[in-house]
Amino acid sequence: MAADKTAYLGRSVERLEDPPLVTGAARFVADISFPGQLHMRVVRSSYAHGEIISIDTSEARLMPGVVAVWTAEDIADIGPVDFRADRAAEGLKPYRQPVLAKGRVRYVGDPVAAVFAEDPYLAEDAAESVVIEVEELPVIVSADDPPGEFAAGRGTEAAVMHHSYGDIDAAFANAERVIALDLRTGRHSGVPMETRGAIGRYDAAKDMLELHGAAKVPHRNQETLVRMLGRDPSRVHVHECHVGGGFGVRGELYPEDILVLVAAMRLGRPVKWIEDRQEHLMCANQGREQHHLARVAVDAEGRILGIDDEFFHDQGGYVRTHGSNVANRTMCTITGPYRVPAFRAVCHFRLTNKTPCATYRAPGRYESTFVRERLMDAIATELGIDPIEVRKRNLIAADEMPYTIAFDEPHVSDMVLDSGDYAGLLDKAAAAFGWEALRVELDRRRADGELVGAGIGMFVEEGGRGPTDGARIAVDANGDVEVITGGASLGQGFETTMAQICAEALGVDYRRVRVIHGHTDLIPYGIGAHATRATVMTGSAVNVAALMVREIAIDAAAEMLQTPADELDINDGTVVRRDGPTGPSVTLGEIARRLAPGAAGPGQGDPGQGNPGLAAEGFFTTKDTVFPYGVHLAVVRIDRGTGQVAVERFMVAYDVGRAVNPMMIEGQLVGGCIQGLGGALYEEFVYDEEGQPMAVTLADYLVPSLREAPDIEVLITEDAPSPLNPLGLKSAGEGGINGVGAAIAGAIGDAIGDPGAVRRLPLTPGRVRDLLRQADAASPGTP
Amino acid sequence: MNGKHDITLTINGQAYAIRVEARRTLADVIREECGQTGTHLGCEHGVCGTCTVIVDGAPVRSCLMFAVQCDGAKIRTVEGLADGEEPHPLQRAFMEHHALQCGFCTPGFLMLAVGVLEREPDIGDEDLLDILSSNLCRCTGYANIVKAVRAAAAQMRRR
Amino acid sequence: MKPAAFEYHAPKTIAEAVALLAEVAPDDGRILAGGQSLVPTMAFRLARPAHLVDINGVDGLDRLYLDGNELSIGACVRHAAFHRPVVDGRLGLLLSSIVRHIAHYPIRQRGTFCGSLAQADPASEWCLTAVTLDGTMTAKSVRGSRTIGAQDFIEGIMTTALADDELLTEARLPIPPDDTRFGFCEFNRIAGGFAVAMVLAAYGLKDGVITRPRLGVGGVEERPRRIPEAEQALEGRSPGAQAFRAASAAAAGAVDPMEDINTSADYRRDLVATLTLRALESAWS
Repeated sequence: MAADKTAYLGRSVERLEDPPLVTGAARFVADISFPGQLHMRVVRSSYAHGEIISIDTSEARLMPGVVAVWTAEDIADIGPVDFRADRAAEGLKPYRQPVLAKGRVRYVGDPVAAVFAEDPYLAEDAAESVVIEVEELPVIVSADDPPGEFAAGRGTEAAVMHHSYGDIDAAFANAERVIALDLRTGRHSGVPMETRGAIGRYDAAKDMLELHGAAKVPHRNQETLVRMLGRDPSRVHVHECHVGGGFGVRGELYPEDILVLVAAMRLGRPVKWIEDRQEHLMCANQGREQHHLARVAVDAEGRILGIDDEFFHDQGGYVRTHGSNVANRTMCTITGPYRVPAFRAVCHFRLTNKTPCATYRAPGRYESTFVRERLMDAIATELGIDPIEVRKRNLIAADEMPYTIAFDEPHVSDMVLDSGDYAGLLDKAAAAFGWEALRVELDRRRADGELVGAGIGMFVEEGGRGPTDGARIAVDANGDVEVITGGASLGQGFETTMAQICAEALGVDYRRVRVIHGHTDLIPYGIGAHATRATVMTGSAVNVAALMVREIAIDAAAEMLQTPADELDINDGTVVRRDGPTGPSVTLGEIARRLAPGAAGPGQGDPGQGNPGLAAEGFFTTKDTVFPYGVHLAVVRIDRGTGQVAVERFMVAYDVGRAVNPMMIEGQLVGGCIQGLGGALYEEFVYDEEGQPMAVTLADYLVPSLREAPDIEVLITEDAPSPLNPLGLKSAGEGGINGVGAAIAGAIGDAIGDPGAVRRLPLTPGRVRDLLRQADAASPGTP
Repeated sequence: MNGKHDITLTINGQAYAIRVEARRTLADVIREECGQTGTHLGCEHGVCGTCTVIVDGAPVRSCLMFAVQCDGAKIRTVEGLADGEEPHPLQRAFMEHHALQCGFCTPGFLMLAVGVLEREPDIGDEDLLDILSSNLCRCTGYANIVKAVRAAAAQMRRR
Repeated sequence: MKPAAFEYHAPKTIAEAVALLAEVAPDDGRILAGGQSLVPTMAFRLARPAHLVDINGVDGLDRLYLDGNELSIGACVRHAAFHRPVVDGRLGLLLSSIVRHIAHYPIRQRGTFCGSLAQADPASEWCLTAVTLDGTMTAKSVRGSRTIGAQDFIEGIMTTALADDELLTEARLPIPPDDTRFGFCEFNRIAGGFAVAMVLAAYGLKDGVITRPRLGVGGVEERPRRIPEAEQALEGRSPGAQAFRAASAAAAGAVDPMEDINTSADYRRDLVATLTLRALESAWS
């Protein structure tokens, strides 16, 4: 395709995003101010569950700088925060969150009133003076508890969902062994370094309503806002600023987004809201909290005959924009990379009186991998088979690809694993990690009294789900390239990735490619950046559009240079003869000028033909999902005296299909992995019996620092490019985190000599110390 | 109660004569009254380090000081690191080593590292790691931040 | 998370400071020193003093010096002052090893030794140090000056013997005999995090046996304290595994640990056993 000089796909080039971020020039939402703006402060429930008796805002209204104080009554015409269109689930709609609590409060942090004031300090002063009288109701703090009443005639078990295929009863009836485990994943979340923020602005002159501070899925959010606010699609637009991390949590629509927009219209001034950290830890989406009762049936060789899993999903106080997506992803991915002839999962999707839950990086999959890999370790232990061997016996083989998992339930889409050499990656990872020698070494160290062990987490990721995304590319008169996408940047390097793909296809320097994203008024569609699909979907569309621009340029140059098109190439932004790069040439800028509207284009002679210039719009459509896959390997050492776990080594091996920028992929994998270690060892949103959240500061919610972050060994492979898109792209955003909980759990089990002992994440020192005591009690005489 | 104070902050060599309420934090005043929004707020309770700036030579959390306490102080923020168009060695190193993703924590890490390396150019690696554990990053997993700071430290020593 | 409004005062002398404090104390006036604990508490609006008397500009409070056989630590001496040994011998080394456990470097640039004492957080390293080493505190007010022993000074969780109008101007640590060995061991879940438990051990050796043992435990009960049962288990014994184990068991048995949602009393007791052993071993090695 392009000459080497402009080969950018696969190179670890420096990021285009970086200069403004290292100089302080970047503009995050809190950095943006509009003249005359008001500041919003939300008054939140301090009760986990109760009937609102009264809300007294009289004092707040009289305080200096206060312009308005709203309760639910003031916005009675605005409905609850809607599900995204593609998440519609009729039965869950009654569980959506009102913008301000109506009648009941359902978690500590539930928005009850909103204060609008001239200054954030004054807004907080006024918010403090609002008095909310609540009659407390019974609090449900666990999805294990018997369901209660959500509203009259409506229980807190919002749904019971089923995924199944095969004859599960026969599988268990015919099993050589049946292993049952009781497993829990703790509640944690993305906790990006930038808290949420939103600015609503209404431009009366243009009748335009703007939301600044959007992220992740700007176009989906615009669609929802259009529905919720009853405005024309062209009269509400959302704008992304710099975004300080998302991880699935940020960029969904929340009550505060609606409030600033409605207030901007009704108060006639821009309204700014910047979440504080305490609010973030009480109000932004949390995730992961599930309780699984999982059983696996195996034959005498440890081959899986069936998996049967009943689990309880703690949804928190309301169902947010994703509906039941996380629970669905859990069910779809439990079988992972293994051949499982029969399967049944039943999910009890239950509301509790805690912060609502939704997607967090590798949603449902961190959970399902933990469950599945605990089962694999249990099979290995039960049958005395090496943990790698037991996995190999069950892995789907490369020659079985594509491999279809078809569920009985008609509404559940098939999973079609597109490509992969799972056993090959496991072999490569084990070899790179030195698994065999490591086992010997760990045995020796354990014999010397050390508590050391190794664990494995193997998984299939999913990403790049369609259906369609597009991109517009235009070359200007200087030969600089503008790529307009409906993508979104959360810090993952979206601009650089798109620029590299465009540069490669078009034949220009990637530094001359400017990538636009996150503005719904610049392009009417866009898939955003979620579920690791940006590179696959938007990247493939950019590739298509860039190839179209390339063709237009070469055709024009063919006329300008009087050379057949098939003898031309584009090299560093200049069209040259393939056989004589130093001969006659024409730059892309010259071609753009020639093709500009009004210019006398080649072969046209007549200005004003309405040429769009050197530009094209390209689309990529797929109904399929790509499935990258990975192996995590961990070695841990436990301090017997404290229960503290030290991660001595950790490897992420991951097949990414095709790596656009290996440096950035490694960055995604390492960063995700440390986040996963947080959820495996440190981070947990703990609630007391009254539903009071105990982790509302960063001194209580323990995000790993450098001292908790071991060096991560990374093995990126490109053995199984996806057949589903021209570049073979898969995705990398979630492969670093998916298997961490599983690998750490396995390693800790191995270290204490009872591989099945670990039933719960996170493995805090207190819990590990309890496991050690249990192990000591089970085998007295050990040191 | 709400008496305001006339103070002068010198930020990156420029004097800002402003009138502020005593309760306004240094971070808020740098950002709002002085318009230098490169200093970010990540937690406002001193844990995350995103708001780290250098006050009279010491890297500190600007969310844990009141601006009135800095009347007359010399403050340095990320906006003052580069020498015109020429990035500071640490800024250069952060880009070369992919030490940032979303970049929200980056100004805090830069000011922390600059503050320490200027005071202790020959700081030992263990001490350096201890100090870099002062700030939180949620994207990178830290490895590349460490690489960047080590590389810049070596370069700053050579100068 | 913006602090509530307050009136700000910046005295230049101790006399001015205590006069101001006397005036504003009845109206919820407080001292602002390093502010690294107070300001976050204000940001959460868990504290909302009406007045803050900022002592950072008060002459002479930043003095740190050896006064005879005592180390005098002024009210504005920062944690960071202890990064390098402030006195020759093992005490200076001990303090510089303890200070590394106090939050993080930028916090230590502002936070003060005396501020930690006045805050009296059960997880404070300096409170444990002052109690174990028999430090004394000087409190000044318009009513006069008094000296308070560390064990009496720290009364409970976030509670001290300081009256509302008193300023803690100075803390003093006696310089222990040259042969004193120290061991400090802290457990926290994350670097720079609050101590879940910590132990400071000190002892001398005479004719091959332990003399003047001190064993302080912090972060475990409502305030740090020495554990006489553990000290008795060490006194007159030759240093080594046997004596250390006995002291460790005695300390674990003697404490009445606090409990919270993440940490059971039982677990804290285990930690006391572990940390006591490690502190004693560290002092010996």
